[in-house]
Amino acid sequence: MYNGQKDIVLLKGNEAIAKAAIRYGYDGFFGYPITPQSEVLETLAADKPWETTGMVVLQAESEVASINMLYGAGCTGKLAFTSSSSPGIALMQEGLSYMAACEIPGVIVSVGRGGPGLGTIQPGQADYNQSVYGGGNGDYNLIVLAPNSVQEMCDCMGRAKELTFKWRMPVIVLSDGVIGQMMEKVELPPFIPRRTEEEIGQQCPWGTNGIGLKKRAYNFHSSLEFDPAVMEDRNRKMSAKYRQIEVEEVDYELYNVDESTEYMIVAYGISSRVSMKAIDMLREEGVKIGMLRPKTLWPFPEKVINQLSKQLKGILCVEQCEGQMIKDVRLAAEGQTKVYHTGRSGGIISSPMEVYEDFKQLTQATAN
Amino acid sequence: MTKEEIISPENRIYGKPSLMNDTPMHYCPGCSHGVVHKLIAEIIEEMGIEEDTIAICPVGCAVFAYRYINVDWIEASHGRAPACASAIRRLWPNKLVFTYQGDGDMACIGTGESIHAMNRGENIAMIFINNAIYGMTGGQMAPTTLMGMKTATCPYGRQADLHGYPLHITDLAVNLEGTCYVTRQAVNTVANIRKTKKAIRQAFENSLNKRGCSVVEVVSTCASGWKMSPEQANQWMTENMFPYYPLGDLKNIQN
Amino acid sequence: MTEEIIISGFGGQGVLSMGKILAYAGIMEGKQVSWMPAYGPEQRGGTANVTVIVSDEVVSSPIVSRYDTAIVLNQPSLEKFESQVKPGGTIIYDGHSIIQPPTRTDISIYRIDAMEEAARTGNSKVFNMLVLGGLLKVRSIASVDDVVKGLRKALPERHHKLIPMNEAAIRRGMEIIEKMN
Repeated sequence: MYNGQKDIVLLKGNEAIAKAAIRYGYDGFFGYPITPQSEVLETLAADKPWETTGMVVLQAESEVASINMLYGAGCTGKLAFTSSSSPGIALMQEGLSYMAACEIPGVIVSVGRGGPGLGTIQPGQADYNQSVYGGGNGDYNLIVLAPNSVQEMCDCMGRAKELTFKWRMPVIVLSDGVIGQMMEKVELPPFIPRRTEEEIGQQCPWGTNGIGLKKRAYNFHSSLEFDPAVMEDRNRKMSAKYRQIEVEEVDYELYNVDESTEYMIVAYGISSRVSMKAIDMLREEGVKIGMLRPKTLWPFPEKVINQLSKQLKGILCVEQCEGQMIKDVRLAAEGQTKVYHTGRSGGIISSPMEVYEDFKQLTQATAN
Repeated sequence: MTKEEIISPENRIYGKPSLMNDTPMHYCPGCSHGVVHKLIAEIIEEMGIEEDTIAICPVGCAVFAYRYINVDWIEASHGRAPACASAIRRLWPNKLVFTYQGDGDMACIGTGESIHAMNRGENIAMIFINNAIYGMTGGQMAPTTLMGMKTATCPYGRQADLHGYPLHITDLAVNLEGTCYVTRQAVNTVANIRKTKKAIRQAFENSLNKRGCSVVEVVSTCASGWKMSPEQANQWMTENMFPYYPLGDLKNIQN
Repeated sequence: MTEEIIISGFGGQGVLSMGKILAYAGIMEGKQVSWMPAYGPEQRGGTANVTVIVSDEVVSSPIVSRYDTAIVLNQPSLEKFESQVKPGGTIIYDGHSIIQPPTRTDISIYRIDAMEEAARTGNSKVFNMLVLGGLLKVRSIASVDDVVKGLRKALPERHHKLIPMNEAAIRRGMEIIEKMN
């Protein structure tokens, strides 16, 4: 039964992002309206957190400005976030590269729609490559979280806050138009106060905020380096950090997977929700099928996929695009099992029935 | 007399501000940047606000500004210093936040960020070095390159039909409601250096006192880019730049 | 129990808010819910629809292609969704807005003259609450009490004075719905 004591509300995914950020003690939001994520800024503007927690909210002049506001904020040790959708995230790629290069914290919420170009405003998952492989220049990675419910949209804001400071790098919360626009029941976290300037001074000694300047060397953040040997050294240090993140931060969820599983769907975000229903239908017919849902797209759960591939007759990669994550699934499977793709694109989402039918057609094809 | 005797305190009539460090500058002889850097360091030191200063440098010749002055710096991506500064000033409402930008950064690739930061009335100071040329990349046309002026990318001189007109971004700034102080200065003579120092100090005070956005344009030389001696460059600037970019306060609202 | 519902009509008919109140009522009943709108520039005047799922279990897919119940409030919606109702399912349509009624014989068909009732009482704003009342009468998804509790959650405080009017419309909707087959 509904418990009036808890903060349980019916919210859109986008609204949950905004309310969670206020409660997790984010210092600022900088963003530009774009469908299907505009409710993030609209909710913040309506809730006026600058009057309560002191959080700064600013509608920027562009996504380019937004990400550079995030860069500035993060350089000083503040926790800021932005949100956008596919073409807007495309505009942020340079800024993301700078943030990664200077090891600057910041959280980017990406509510995907169909592309390429201006594309469609309807939901899509065609930005796996954009998030995981990046459009910015140079050797860098970003941590990519993939929520599949409104509750997880909320929770990801807490997780992203933790990870972005732990590893000093931007974190992308990669969602889609369905998770952003749909409403579900959410339990909101309690309010966590924003860090004071003194706390930031202690926790972020690298911050370019002037705190304690007279007793230390001055700080600066720059990605420019004219000496290739120094630049290479920086890159190698970052790579070592990335390899450590691959060891420590992989996160995934298994649905109906055990030693008897013969087929497995790999899907994230809305595709994982659609696939759950398709799996229920197939299991009723006796098909031994389950699902692995990556909750982090980078680092990718490649070890567990590799391990499970040994027992599987096939993997169906369900994503609402023409096939992007499937390459990582194939790399992880190392040829031990066949990997198939299904999914719609251009703003259309597969129905559970389509996934069910595509699974049957594809696996029948292998038997012949 | 030994060197040590010459520089002993009782003999000293002029010194480097303590916030300027000993890193050798990469600027060319005759360049205006070094003078403006020194003024900034002096002002911060005189105001005693080094622990309350956050500086943003651009892409362009001043990309390495963070190497020379001992305050906390951020090297922004090309043209985005005003966006970066806007966020920082809002998140740190008691700090002096200033950008240091050249003409390409301020008036070309970053025009959008510059105009919007000014128009929002961000409590930041923007130091704008206008030498009418791209120095760092080797003397190409800038948005502020004068009509008829020759550069690597307009080798026969700037023409309206081919290149459009010089952008008077400082004059645009005057008309924006968010700016409180807009001024154009130079550092070619001792008198002008003093005026520029006064202007930058006022811009910094405006930032700290939340008066709005201040823009200090410094009409500058680029002896290397202009292919002149430092002395010729100062002469050329006086004869050609000042008529087009006249010096003086363009807007000053004190409240 | 899992009830997968599509509510579809013209923008401005209150389709999305009806779905939202239904979802809130589900929460009040301690159920799992999802509310997924077709969003886009056609929010006003064009077609609008929302999928609401109310379930005792965790809702898997918020997107489905077969529905237990379809509420259709204009002719294009009926044409689109009649074939997508599961055998044994339910269609509810507004008598004024539908010119050619549904023809399937393997589902229950209900008509509610909510548009006429709203016009008769001179209060077009309660149209969607009349339809919601009709739904609650024929499908046991939530009690009227829980819907009223849902309204309290869904509406901002300044609109709470409108709740009695909406409750009355829900109860009236329960009276005027009629089975057609």
